[in-house]
Order: sequence, then structure tokens, then C-alpha cells
Amino acid sequence: MKLVRYFPVAFDSIAANKMRASLTMLGIIIGVAAVLTILGIGRGASESILGEVASQGTTRLTISPVTETEGEGAGSPVQTLTMGDVKALADPAFHPDVVEVVPQYAGNLQLVAGSNNSQVRVTGTTAAYADVLRLEMAEGRFLTEDEVTQMSNVIVIGTTVASDLFERTQVVGESVRIDGEPYTVVGVLEESGNAGFGSNDESGFIPIGAAHGRVFNVPRYRGEYVVTSISADALSEERVEAAELQIEQTLRLRHGLNAEDDNDFSVSTQASLLETIDTVTGTLTLLLSSSAAISLVVGGIGIMNIMLVSVTERTKEIGLRKALGAHTSDVLLQFLIESLVLTLLGGLIGIAISYGAALLVSRIPNFSFDLLIGFDALIMAVGVSAGCGLVFGLYPAMRATQLDPIEALRYE
Amino acid sequence: MPGPSALIDMQEVTKVYQMGETKVLALDGVSLSIEEGEYVAIVGTSGSGKSTLMNIVGLLDRPTDGVYQIRGHSAGDLTGRQLADLRNREIGFVFQQFNLLARAPAWRQVELPLFYAGIARSASRQRALESLAQVGLADRADHKPEELSGGQQQRVAIARALVNRPGLLLADEPTGALDTRTGEEVMTLFEKLHAEGLTLIIITHDQEVADRARRAITMRDGAIISDSRGAAATAAPGGTNGLREPALAPLPRPAVMEQIEEKVYETG
Repeated sequence: MKLVRYFPVAFDSIAANKMRASLTMLGIIIGVAAVLTILGIGRGASESILGEVASQGTTRLTISPVTETEGEGAGSPVQTLTMGDVKALADPAFHPDVVEVVPQYAGNLQLVAGSNNSQVRVTGTTAAYADVLRLEMAEGRFLTEDEVTQMSNVIVIGTTVASDLFERTQVVGESVRIDGEPYTVVGVLEESGNAGFGSNDESGFIPIGAAHGRVFNVPRYRGEYVVTSISADALSEERVEAAELQIEQTLRLRHGLNAEDDNDFSVSTQASLLETIDTVTGTLTLLLSSSAAISLVVGGIGIMNIMLVSVTERTKEIGLRKALGAHTSDVLLQFLIESLVLTLLGGLIGIAISYGAALLVSRIPNFSFDLLIGFDALIMAVGVSAGCGLVFGLYPAMRATQLDPIEALRYE
Repeated sequence: MPGPSALIDMQEVTKVYQMGETKVLALDGVSLSIEEGEYVAIVGTSGSGKSTLMNIVGLLDRPTDGVYQIRGHSAGDLTGRQLADLRNREIGFVFQQFNLLARAPAWRQVELPLFYAGIARSASRQRALESLAQVGLADRADHKPEELSGGQQQRVAIARALVNRPGLLLADEPTGALDTRTGEEVMTLFEKLHAEGLTLIIITHDQEVADRARRAITMRDGAIISDSRGAAATAAPGGTNGLREPALAPLPRPAVMEQIEEKVYETG
């Protein structure tokens, strides 16, 4: 029994009913195109975000306080991470794999320049922040060590802040006011180019001492100013885990935690962040593609519907074929292969459409990511559409074989 | 008992249809024998059982009771596949409504039995064209049914019935949907094919068509009420009436038939 022989029969039958065939295929076309496009968007977006995160350095560690779980302040960060911790962590003797330790104290402030004002996330930090966070300057420079130790009234701002306050970005030397006190702009950060993850366009940076001593009303813990987070750089990508352990050890000791106590801080690395992003985008993609997969199933049911109609419509043809010597298996295979050909054609058209969409997206300037359609997704699309053809074609094909040739021939 | 050369042999064939609660006796103990090369008309009004008889002769249906043998194969002993193979190679069907496939060119229609005989498409087109030439439609091979007249459509159907070179042509009211002139053309074609050695059975309610046959079998209420061969046999003992002489020469049997027989004997 050569299956190949039935394909020309199927093509003839499809060619004889082009309109019906294309309407039948539409469900599969839409389903396959939707699944592939959504998978492509998911993968493209994920690669784009991951690439952005990786470009900010894979050796970075971020230490933040955990949030209070009980009492009055539940939900807000515990106030135990301090400048004392920063100084301790900066000691290379105990932390050979930690190269830079940068404290941050951040809060929202009103910045005023002339008659303009802007609500800005202002971070008090040190000079090394620019290196650890891989910040690029568009104008001027970042804070210097002298300015940090002398707690100078200087500020580095993002491009959005600059244009909000001055309606331009070349603003080095200009002055902005925080609580009436003038700060000189010494640098403007490079535009991040996207409004999303890790953008500093709407931020401002001042020496940590100024933030602690003048701008914010910062509480103290054991006589040291509290920080909102500490960034650190590991010696190399391979030493990130070692650095994490060294930091954890020091902080547990300094915070007087017993063996059974949980950390009152958390250390997150870029690696763990990458992993989280990957999981989140994976889940989103799965969610979206399963709703797209439903349209595939609906398309498959459409095929079954049309094939059932086709069996009824072609009762006489089936009777004739049987009279002319068709075996039951001939009739079964004819109808099964017809629906298989329909779904496979639909699948191929769907693939073509999603590739067209990918091509289109890649031509859009400034679109933040490309559609990435993998080979595995293609195999899946072809497999699913062929599977639909076989599964949903089987019942109509079996109905066709059960027709009595005499009844079928008499059928009008 | 009829001679071993009998193409068709029925002994006390009964067919009962179950229509809901009631049983309908469509054939009531029919015994019939048709030799190779005969030209037989089965006549009767509707409901006389002639269509049921044709379905059984054509292996589309099985008798409820009795024995039906075609070329010595007992239909009751054959599987569905074997019946289909016998229909394919041994019997050519011609229907009142032609039963052509919509939107397929004539040669594709004629090719159909060859497909089920397992013949490669490359070879089957040639065979189909030859068969179309046999019915005088060589120049209409690429025409679709809607581009052909009723008479031409019926000739395509006859070409289809002949393409596997069957021994028996079974025609159910072949002129029923045609006007007198084209009906005459089709009957002339049948008679030419019969003269070339084909066994022909025509089911009809038209007495004129029946009168042209060498043998007319009349049915009523599921039984044969008259058989002109039986009459001829009593009139001239010895059986032959001279007219059938050229047609009685046995047909060369297609090679596929031997294979079918082997299969049948293996399974039987």
C-alpha cells in the first residue's frame, strides 16, 4: 500500500474545491501563525532584556535589606544596612573577591531650576558607582572622590531631568535647587535609549554624605547612617558566588545574627536576575502561546466540521468509488490524507505569515526587539498541524468508510 | 446444474431487507444462470426486485439466503476486500445518472478503476485514453462533465466501466436519463461491445430496450416470471439459437483474474 498514491487524489479534490479548502485551512493558518508569532515575540523580548541586563555587567552584586514582616513597619525595609557595613565590606582582607563597594541612599525629591521643577529619584552614592553600574556620560563627568568626601553641592542628572528643567541637555555648570539649596550640575548621563529596564534618564546623583547629612532625614542604626542598598563588583564572573558568600558572612556577623536566624538582607547577583527574567518571560510566553494553541484546536475542529460536511456531500462519490473497487482502507486513506494535506498546507502558510511578520518587525526602526522564530517552534507548528489533520480527519474518514455503497449510490 | 462456463450462477437466492419493524422480501428464491458472452435484459417495474438482483450480481450486496457464484467464486465466502477486487476487475458498472466525479476531466474519471487496481498513474493515463477512444471520445479526454452532453457523459461512464477489461458489463437503466436519439447511440455502443465478446446485463423498465436483448428476464415481486432463454430452450432443444454464435467464444481472461482466484483459494 503506497500512501504516496493518495496525495495526487487529495490534491485533485482540494483543487476542485479551492474556496472551501482555503476557508478550511484558515483556522490552521491563523492558529499556526499566532503560535509562532507569539513564541517569536516571547523569545525576542526575552533575548533583548537579557542582553540589556548582561550589558550592565555580570559581575555586579546588589545587597538590599529584607522587608519587615511584622510590627508597625511591616512591608518597609528593615533599617539595619548601614555605612558601617559598607566600610567593613570594603576591607579586601576579608573580601578578596569583592573589588568595589558602593553605598546608595535613594529617595524622591523635588528639583527646581528657575521656574521649572521636576520630581526626581535622587541617589546619594560614591564615585565608584559609575564604574560598577557601567554608566556612560553624555556631558561632563560623574561625581569625583573629592566631591564625595567633601560632601560638595554637586549633582549628576539624567537626560529627561535635564530637558525637564532646562529644556536642553548641555547643562553642565548650571544650578538646580534642592530644598532651596543650590547644587551645581557636573554631568549629564547618556540617554538609555529605552524607557524600560535599568534606565537612569529620570535620576539624579549626589555625594552620599550630602544625602545622609543634609538632603534626607536618614535614620541611624548603631550610630551609622542607614543605606537603601549596596552595590558591589566581584573580581570576575567566576568569583561572583565566592564574593556573595564573603559578603553574607561579614553582614551576618556585623548584624549579630545567630545560626538559626534568617538574613536581614539579601544579596542578588546579575546571574540570579537573569535567571528570574528568563523564568518570567518563559511563563508569559507559555501563557500566551497556550491561548494561541486554543485557536489551533478550534482550527482543527473546523477541519473536522468541513470534512464531515464533505463526506455527506460526497456520499455518492464514495459509493461510486466502492463500486469501482475501492477498499475500505482506500476510502479511509483518501479522506485522511485529504485532511492531512489541508492542515499541512495551512501550517506552511501560517509559517510563511509568521516569518513575514518577523521580517516586518525587523524593518521597524527603534523597535526594541526582533521576532525570533526557532527551528524547534517550526517543527512544533508542522507537527501540530499534521497532528490536527490526522486526529480531526479520522472521524470523518471513518464515517466515509461506513457508508453502504448501494445506499451511497442511490443518495441524491 | 449449469455448465462450468457459467459466468453467473444463482441458486434459490433470497434477499430480505429489514425496514424498521417490517421485513421486505426483495428477492424470493431466484435461480438464474448467465453464460459468458450473453446479452441479457432484466425487465420489471420498480419494486420488482430487479435493482436488488443487480446489486447482488454486481457484488454490492450479499444474498440473505441461497448461493451466488460468479466465475465459480461463491460471493458468500469472499471478504469485503475480495469482493471489492472482483468488482474492480471483473464487473463494469454503468448507472442511470452516470455518476461521474464533479470537476474532473474525462480521462481522470476513466482512470479511477485503474487506481484501485494499483496501476501506476503514468501507465493508467494511456489506458484511460485508449478506453475513451473505444467509446469514440478520444477528442474529449480533457473535458469535464459539465462540458459534455448527457450522451457523452454516459459514454465516459462506459469507458470507465471498460477500462479494466472486465468480462461483465452491468448497466442500470443506462438510457433512462437520455433522450431517444442519444439513448439509441448508447444502445448501439453496447451492442458493438457485445459483438466484440462482452457479457452484457441491462436492467431496465423500458420494454423497447429489453426487446433488443438476446435474452429478456422479466421480474415481478422479487421473482422471475419469464425468461426468454428458458422459452428458447424449450422451443429449440440444444440451447443455442445461432444468433449468439460469435459472442460465445470465451473471452481471454485478464491476468489479474488468475491472481484473484489464487487469493480466493488461499483464503477459502
